Amino acid sequence: MSEFLKVEALGKSFAPGAMPVFENVWFDITKGEFVCIIGHSGCGKTTILNVLAGLDRATTGNVFMMKREVKGPSLERGVVFQSHALMPWLSVKKNVLFAVNSRWPDLPRDEAETRALRYIEMVGLKGAEHKKPSELSGGMKQRVGIARAFCIEPKMLLLDEPFGALDALTRGTIQDELLRIVQATHQTVFMITHDVDEAMLLADRILLMSNGPRAQIAEIVQNTMTRERTRNTIHHDPQYYRIRNHLVDFLVNRSKEYQPREAGLQPPTVKPGIESDDKPRPTLVRVA
Amino acid sequence: MVGAQRRSALAAVLSVVFLVLLLLAWHLATLQSASSVASAAVSTAGVDPEYLKLLGKDPGTTKTTGFPTPLQIGEAGWKHITNPFYDNGPNDKGIAIQLGHSLLRVGLGFFIACLVAIPLGFVIGMSPLLSEALNPFIQVLKPISPLAWMPLALYTIKDSSTSGIFVIFICSIWPMLINTAFGVAGVRRDLLNVAATLEVTPLRRAFLVILPTAAPTIVTGMRISMGIAWLVIVAAEMLVGGTGIGYFVWNEWNNLSITNVIFAILVIGVSGMFLDFLFARLQKLVSYVD
Repeated sequence: MSEFLKVEALGKSFAPGAMPVFENVWFDITKGEFVCIIGHSGCGKTTILNVLAGLDRATTGNVFMMKREVKGPSLERGVVFQSHALMPWLSVKKNVLFAVNSRWPDLPRDEAETRALRYIEMVGLKGAEHKKPSELSGGMKQRVGIARAFCIEPKMLLLDEPFGALDALTRGTIQDELLRIVQATHQTVFMITHDVDEAMLLADRILLMSNGPRAQIAEIVQNTMTRERTRNTIHHDPQYYRIRNHLVDFLVNRSKEYQPREAGLQPPTVKPGIESDDKPRPTLVRVA
Repeated sequence: MVGAQRRSALAAVLSVVFLVLLLLAWHLATLQSASSVASAAVSTAGVDPEYLKLLGKDPGTTKTTGFPTPLQIGEAGWKHITNPFYDNGPNDKGIAIQLGHSLLRVGLGFFIACLVAIPLGFVIGMSPLLSEALNPFIQVLKPISPLAWMPLALYTIKDSSTSGIFVIFICSIWPMLINTAFGVAGVRRDLLNVAATLEVTPLRRAFLVILPTAAPTIVTGMRISMGIAWLVIVAAEMLVGGTGIGYFVWNEWNNLSITNVIFAILVIGVSGMFLDFLFARLQKLVSYVD
């Protein structure tokens, strides 16, 4: 497995000398992998995503993407924002076109438009390309955000709780669409979510964060279900409830009691129901 | 929708009714003074007309007889409107020429103010440091009546017309400057983040992200500025004289032609409304629903 993104000993405190919001955060993502991060509010998930995007700086630690340090925002990493962040004065097409023109400033106008329209169609918004964001529902706005992030063909996609503000029905539809698009394009994705089922449907691995301050990645859960899972069939998988119970148990009970690991220790990877039972705590793994 | 349409139709009818009532009241009020003048004329019958002329009671003219009736205003107005471009020397020019001078001054002063205020407001809005550093200056300069600059302008520029333009410039600059800075400073963080992740160049970001966001606020500032400029130009032209609608008002006052003064007041009002309408249209053009 080729190492694509590497996060080393990341930590952030908002005032010098203050207790860090999160610390000692280690993880890596391989190419084509879908990784979700779950944790309670205030544990610094969004900050981690912003550091990966290059929009924020960590107090300690480093992020490397393809062996190059992430120092600022880049077209190599597309971001879908929680607040969709569309330009309210531009139509759907022009919002996407803005990204296309930023990525390829010299692209002829008609080619850029074809490209924008292709991605608008991909997220199922054909026919709405001339509408303004204010004329769209929350789910449609988020689709535009996804189209905008995809159309620049980033090497990695960062999603900050993109479906948080949507109703359950819309959320399900867009999740299916995202899953389809990601599987078709083999996109590498890092996504924040609060929704256990969403994480289980989409992610290959799920990072569990303990509560802040001094939050850490407590453990990494490997999603052992088949990759051909869909929203309708996922709960038939024998692994479904094992993983789900493990995740819910972490969020409800263990995230509070979690004792921060020593610096330099990486989080353990667990496969609920396969490698270890839920009962014993995962043993610490020391890195060289 | 139907309710709103009916309401605006009703409002139009009411407006007309109010106008008619107003004109009627005016007409009745001025009719009395006109008849009293007429009776006064009767009482002076038999007196030498030369003597009456010396007293300012020349029976041959009706120009100075009391407050004019709406009809007289209409008559004078018609004369001005049908012959707006005549030029009989410095103190007798058509209303369109006078209005043109005023509009030109306002336009020029306002345009220069735009050129200064909008870029400067952009910089102030982007930089909290500059914003704090320049704030005391703005706060001190803003409340100064633009006419207070007039002597200084006349002394340094040594040209009355240019001084008028300068006064318009100085009074137009503040609302635009403050609104531009406010609008630019209020650009949503997430839109700037979008621009950052797309590696948008600073110039493109300024024109394609920040300017459209701030445009409604900027145009509101421009609209306020234009309103103030139109208020100030009349006073400024009264002061410096020469040409312009303000000078026209003052000149007609010196001629004791209240009819022309009232007509000029109406012209000032309608022109101001038209200017405001232009900016309302512009505002509609740049506004967006968030």
